[in-house]
Amino acid sequence: MSKLSRRQLITTSLAVTAGASGLVVAAKLAESYGLIPPDSGGIYGAGETLTYAAQRLLTRHSLAREFSRSQISKNPFANEVAALAEPFQRLQQAGFADWRVNVDGLVAYPTSFSLSDLKGFPCRSHITMIQCEEGWSYIAEWIGAPLSHVLEQVGVFPQVRYLVYRSFQPDWWESIDMVDALHPQTLLTYAMNDSNLPVGFGGPLRMRVSRQLGYKNVKYITSLTLTDNLKSFGKGLGSAAPEAGYAWFAGL
Amino acid sequence: MAQTLRLRHSFLVRLTHWLTTLSFLALLVTGLEIVVSHPRFYWGEIGNVNTAPLFKIPIPSSRSMVPTGYHYVLADQNGWSRYLHFQSAWLLVLTGLLYVVVGFFTGHFRRNLLPSLADLSLSRLGQSIVQHLRFERPRPAEGWSYNVLQRLAYLLVIFILFPMIIWTGLAMSPSFVSAVPAAVNLLGGQQSARTLHFLLTIVLVLFLLIHLIMVVLAGFRSRMRAMITGRGAESLEPV
Repeated sequence: MSKLSRRQLITTSLAVTAGASGLVVAAKLAESYGLIPPDSGGIYGAGETLTYAAQRLLTRHSLAREFSRSQISKNPFANEVAALAEPFQRLQQAGFADWRVNVDGLVAYPTSFSLSDLKGFPCRSHITMIQCEEGWSYIAEWIGAPLSHVLEQVGVFPQVRYLVYRSFQPDWWESIDMVDALHPQTLLTYAMNDSNLPVGFGGPLRMRVSRQLGYKNVKYITSLTLTDNLKSFGKGLGSAAPEAGYAWFAGL
Repeated sequence: MAQTLRLRHSFLVRLTHWLTTLSFLALLVTGLEIVVSHPRFYWGEIGNVNTAPLFKIPIPSSRSMVPTGYHYVLADQNGWSRYLHFQSAWLLVLTGLLYVVVGFFTGHFRRNLLPSLADLSLSRLGQSIVQHLRFERPRPAEGWSYNVLQRLAYLLVIFILFPMIIWTGLAMSPSFVSAVPAAVNLLGGQQSARTLHFLLTIVLVLFLLIHLIMVVLAGFRSRMRAMITGRGAESLEPV
């Protein structure tokens, strides 16, 4: 083995320094362009960051595939959920007339919406596939109020970066970035196919995020919070999913 | 004592070989863990427990709602399995890109993997197949090159099976196919992509088993040494 020459030493240290500072600059740039997911720490952080950054760079505005009416699943599968506590049955018996969705956080006009308030927004629908992370799927027509219209009405502050949404089931809460929150296919869904959204599928109100897996499509929506930082929610990983060991970004 | 070492495998080949091994094994284990949550496969766009499967794997599931015939449910391992699956997929894709790009520039594929026209004649191919079926120990010269079946198998894995398994994997991603719908439409649907992804895994596992058997037959120590240190069989003699 020949000894390391001075020239080699200098070249190598310059290359290492350049590489390291390049990484630091790349990380700063990625952060400022919103390419770092909230669960970027830990041993799987590198893969998650690559996935989320690639999706945000390449598929930011794309629409989920839409299907024809004849492709709607005849027997969609309603995934099992934890038992719904007693107040839910009472609300259900009253036809969910008293169901409320509170919108708060960094907004000019914090508002509480009823289902009929939401039905007053322009109605949008799409026939799209919902996939579970387990591997199964079905196609349905999802009908509801575009989330972007609701957010426009409450006056979202410009520094907002994420939407946190919670379920009647206290353990199930999620968050999405504003790319998905303002995406035209993101609906506060109150109907499915030909009827009101059945309870098994998340009725009376389900968040439909068309380009992400089932677990981001939270059932029984009760509140929305706009924020510029996810650190103060739960364990600071973005949502309940990473706290349970699942990826925050479920668009893959 | 200046001794010229003749390298059997270049540094790039050795590095990418072991990175691919690492990511493939991680993808295999985590992939099987993910399959356990729904060991049913479908054809077309959609599939769930209310629709008829193309085939089922007769194993218990980690989800109680999947009818498996077993009266118990395995532990759910999907969280870390999915995290590790996609992280390993990135490692595999980046390693593969490095290998293919540098391999083209250095002439690795032309020199080491492309079979000669003479070797592709029916008689030569037949001869090679017979040698393999007889489990004949390869001649020492073969320690410095690949035989024609080996070349064809490696080309199949590098340029067809791995690209296909990456493609079918991407075709399952709802965000990716929103930007590139053809990726899933060409395969006949999202569940078809999942089924093909699984079948390709089986083909790659078969390749791995045969590859390992051949390494053992050819001489485990010398072949492992060549792929780890780069030194070929006669490396101790000056060339």
